[in-house]
Amino acid sequence: MSATTLDAVPQGIRLSVSKQQRRRHRTDRLVAALCIFATLVVLAALGSILWTLVARGLSGLTIDALSHVAAPPGQGGGLLNAIVGSLIQTALGMVIGTPIGLLAGIFLAEYGRNSPFANAVRFVSDMLLSAPSILVGLFVYLILVETLGHFSGFAGSVALAVLVIPIVVRTTEDMLRLVPVQMREAASALGARQWRVTLLICRAAKAGLATGVLLAMARTAGETAPLLFTSLGNLVWSVSLDQPMASLPLTIYQYAGSAYDDWIQLAWTASLLITVGVLAINIIARVMLRSKR
Amino acid sequence: MGAGAISGAGGDRAFSGATRLAALLVLVLMGGIIAVMAWGGRDAFATFGPHFLISNIWNPVTEKFGALAPIYGTLVTAILAMVFAVPFAFGIAVFLTEMAPKWLAQPLGIAIELLAAVPSIIFGMWGFFVIVPVMAQDIQPWLIHHLGHAPLIGAFFSGAPFGTGLFTGGLILAVMVTPFITAVMRDVFTAMPPVLKESAYGLGCTRWEVLSRIVLPYSRTAVVGGIMLGLGRALGETMAITFVIGNSTRITSPSLFAPGNTIASLVALEFPEASAGSLKLSALLALGLILMVISLITLSISRMLLRSRKTSR
Repeated sequence: MSATTLDAVPQGIRLSVSKQQRRRHRTDRLVAALCIFATLVVLAALGSILWTLVARGLSGLTIDALSHVAAPPGQGGGLLNAIVGSLIQTALGMVIGTPIGLLAGIFLAEYGRNSPFANAVRFVSDMLLSAPSILVGLFVYLILVETLGHFSGFAGSVALAVLVIPIVVRTTEDMLRLVPVQMREAASALGARQWRVTLLICRAAKAGLATGVLLAMARTAGETAPLLFTSLGNLVWSVSLDQPMASLPLTIYQYAGSAYDDWIQLAWTASLLITVGVLAINIIARVMLRSKR
Repeated sequence: MGAGAISGAGGDRAFSGATRLAALLVLVLMGGIIAVMAWGGRDAFATFGPHFLISNIWNPVTEKFGALAPIYGTLVTAILAMVFAVPFAFGIAVFLTEMAPKWLAQPLGIAIELLAAVPSIIFGMWGFFVIVPVMAQDIQPWLIHHLGHAPLIGAFFSGAPFGTGLFTGGLILAVMVTPFITAVMRDVFTAMPPVLKESAYGLGCTRWEVLSRIVLPYSRTAVVGGIMLGLGRALGETMAITFVIGNSTRITSPSLFAPGNTIASLVALEFPEASAGSLKLSALLALGLILMVISLITLSISRMLLRSRKTSR
């Protein structure tokens, strides 16, 4: 049909129409090519990061590196205290932050809903989620380190807990809101108290809640900035929460800036460990969420 | 029945009270962070007054501190990051939502999201050991050669190619925040009512015409919200920047290749040498407060733009 209409118009106009048509399609193809290019570039950045970590970190991933405590350069030190320190501080940060985040998330989804107080909490929690993590470190330094007079693994855990809370709040609220309202109505109709109804809803949203907790863990395990001024890092073996404590991110920071080849090698190995750990937790969280849906 | 009802009501009160308390704690934390830094920075504000914001001096020996260089560095690196990241995030979002078949879009989307999960210190390591040498040997000399003598913009691309500096910092930040902006754009593009796009295609529009005249105008608010979210992240990023920024506490030249500092990197680098109760520590805390205020303004704008979309639907 379009061919017949085109035949009807004079020669010159028809030419200009097809020229314009060609330009439009050329623009379209150019934009498509640029979009593919953009995707490839960013994927290449991810690939380069992962490749660099494997290429430089894997060769240092020996039993010695995993089983030895930090030592002065050239004396065969390892990452054991950093690994243990990271595990302790992340675990304690989760233990402190998760219940608070879960309860606050439950409040937003089940009790507060759209009250002004709940809206304020939701807003502030979102701010906290993206706020510079180094400022959380400064905050905990002032309330726990300066007042007590010394750096400690406990202060580091508290700083991580502050980062855990907004992540868990957000996912908890989102996941609870996905539970059909009929379930709440059914439970209430059977005469259940509101707190029992809420626990039931939480059980229904179990997988989603666990995902949020895992994502929070992945985020905090790799955090460096909040630990700089709180747990400080420690070059000797210490698992006391009252003492400065080593961690993988802090070790990377200290060793990467040093002038010693073996320390820089350990920094790469630590980077590989922490990245593989964080990405693995992320992937597990995603798979859990998907299998549930 | 009476006893059961009472204990049930008690359980109700205790549980809702606990949730309310936890919610309140979120507000207290944010208030505490701001209050504690304002209190800690009071000496610096009292000593230097408003001059603190515009002074280009950072001298621990004479105890003269000014925030101009770190504020400048924070803004320049974050804006550079946006200049690099926004076109890429847009391109990826378009590719994932409009072009790629589903079997490809899904794994690629996850890969981009995993990039967001990589700890920031890893970006620092990668930037310092991989990107900085490339910058120093290839990219910066090329830019200096071709743009260094251009009128108006030449000054931004002059000087020595150290590899580190504001430009490299902005680039690393861009790689870090691209996934965040992409995620928001992807969500809003997917959430568009298909009938609008289909109508445009039906009228014979090309994909680019649909994008630029239908999708973008429709989702403009949320797209800007996503960009502001990325900006908020870029402003406060610490570890990635600290490795590549060059650590200069003064603005010495307008060149983007000059070493610089951001508020976050200056705090990370200078804090270990600031003793408790010193004026330097106070100045660093005052800087922290300034960063918090800048971040909160940016993130508030972002959230209002993203929220208005949600409620309007």
